Amino acid sequence: MSLGPEASVTDETSAPTADAAEVRGPAEKAIAGRSLKQIAWRRLKKDKVAVGGGIVVLLLIVVAILAPLLTKLFGHPIDEYHIDQIDPTFGTPIKPWGGISSDFIFGVEPTSGRDVFSRVVYGAQTSLTVAFLSAFVSTILGVIFGTAAGFLGGWIDSMISRVMDLLLAFPQLLFSIALVSVLPYSILGLDGRWSRILVLVGVIGFFGWPYIGRIVRGQTLSLREREFVEAARSMGARSPRILFRELLPNLAAPILVYTTLIIPTNILTEAALSFLGVGIPPPNPSWGGMLSDAISTYQTDPMYMIIPGGMIFITVLAFNLFGDGLRDALDPKAR
Amino acid sequence: MLAYLIRRLINAVLTLLVVSLVTFGIFFMVPKITGSDPALLYIGKTSDAASIEGIRVKMGLNDPVLVQYGKFLKGLVAGRDYVSGPEVTHCDAPCLGYSFKTEQEVTPLLMSVLPVTLSLALGAAILWLIIGVSTGVISALRRGSLLDRTVMSAALFGVSMPIYFTGLIASAIFVYQLGWLPQGQYVPFLESPSEWFTQLLLPWITLAFLFAATYARLTRANMLETLGEDYIRTARAKGLPERVVIGKHALRSGLTAIVTVFGLDLGALLGGAVLTEKVFNLRGLGYQALQAIQGNDLPVILGVTMIAAGFIVIANLVVDLVYGLIDPRVRLA
Repeated sequence: MSLGPEASVTDETSAPTADAAEVRGPAEKAIAGRSLKQIAWRRLKKDKVAVGGGIVVLLLIVVAILAPLLTKLFGHPIDEYHIDQIDPTFGTPIKPWGGISSDFIFGVEPTSGRDVFSRVVYGAQTSLTVAFLSAFVSTILGVIFGTAAGFLGGWIDSMISRVMDLLLAFPQLLFSIALVSVLPYSILGLDGRWSRILVLVGVIGFFGWPYIGRIVRGQTLSLREREFVEAARSMGARSPRILFRELLPNLAAPILVYTTLIIPTNILTEAALSFLGVGIPPPNPSWGGMLSDAISTYQTDPMYMIIPGGMIFITVLAFNLFGDGLRDALDPKAR
Repeated sequence: MLAYLIRRLINAVLTLLVVSLVTFGIFFMVPKITGSDPALLYIGKTSDAASIEGIRVKMGLNDPVLVQYGKFLKGLVAGRDYVSGPEVTHCDAPCLGYSFKTEQEVTPLLMSVLPVTLSLALGAAILWLIIGVSTGVISALRRGSLLDRTVMSAALFGVSMPIYFTGLIASAIFVYQLGWLPQGQYVPFLESPSEWFTQLLLPWITLAFLFAATYARLTRANMLETLGEDYIRTARAKGLPERVVIGKHALRSGLTAIVTVFGLDLGALLGGAVLTEKVFNLRGLGYQALQAIQGNDLPVILGVTMIAAGFIVIANLVVDLVYGLIDPRVRLA
């Protein structure tokens, strides 16, 4: 099995269609069933709200990837101070609306005059990197332990289930704050920003896996008893084959949905940690950190609060809309 | 039922033990690895070697971690004596040790801020439960209507707003622009009930907005699922009034999931609504935890984590018991 689960997902979803068509003969080919993928894709395309969310998500990903370029084209370096934009007595931007002008399209930071646009764009990079990678960590761990618990059963199942219950009983935010704050600022020789991103990915990803693990375990438990697994076993298939060719392809849909829905939660957690001062260390930009800075100035300069807060809101909303749509498309029962 | 109860209780105690062991392990091991000395944190960097050693002996910091953990547990259950030469300081059970920073006993320190978090969490919980569940039920009954769509859009907005952003906007509008509500400090209920109320109103609404949104979505989904069940059709077919069908048959089964989530959410909040407390400058458990984390105050961090885990475990226990009352099938399991 060198292919791994992802390769077999595409394999399996197209295989039954081909088989069915062969058995029925060419005359009946017109009504040959669509694969789950095709059905879901059709449903998803019809869901305007979900498509909208998906487009925003794609746009944000592009912005995050192109952050250096966008900063060069439309902004200023993230750490460049523009004191000339700041009123020296009040520390607020001179121009109205947070100092928005053709030169500073999202305005400037109070006191320092740093370009908000550049910081927001780099904040997107941080936020999405942490959210995606930690969702990936949660999914990998959740799928490994979830299938192990559901498929193997017995004491392994009770062990894993116990651990999942225990992790869910942890005061997670509190624990993440404390854990992140005791870990060293520089690991693996990376600079402050990237080593913190790694730490955040580790902590958020680790606390997220029981949510996926529980669902995968439940699905595995019920799939294990189904006829097609029995059939495969009676034909002499061994456990690895059953696991990778029979069970995992059927688990792909819920895994995909819950991974998508865990991403907005991760964005909120990363922002919360940065807001509390244990996330991305300054002067590196992050949305949560900007909001935290805005606490002291939002009465006089509300724009500096609204822009990063609005970015978090739009991002999370887009992921939620897309995730809900994906779930409806893949699972027509849950509407 | 008794056996079930005992089994759940043992489970709860075991969970607490493991949480405390892990917390203790991490926060007392990590400083060792990174090379910072708890005794130095406690007494300050300027002290001479002899007094540092004295602190180590007094606090038992020279013992192996497991022995330290054992003493911590003993302190929790039976109280603990700190011996430093002829001087003996007694710390009553449940003893969580002494703060490295302020040298206060941790237990009374945390107990003194607990009312703030309790007021915040309970008030918000009542609000979000009423708003969330009722709008969820109405939405489910009027599925597809303008009302349903409005409520669900609002709910989606609610779950996507970071709570500190909502809080900042709310206080920008209601405190600074309109001046309707005071900005400021927690006032104990016994001191002035009306001020207690007005000071907490905005934090309550902010917290409740987020949770009510989640609950409205959850209630609606559960109600819709339940309303599609056969026994609802049976209830209608045998001529029961709609009020009874909804109130007695549908809501009851739809409620079980709500009870679970509510218990967990409330349990988690009681351990410190860290973000809300920071935004509104309420000095509760969450605020205390943040202070302790920023100051590397290990005993206080451990204390807050233990209390928070305790609330979650107790909430889980209560949920299991209430679940048994609502859904008779659970009692058999």
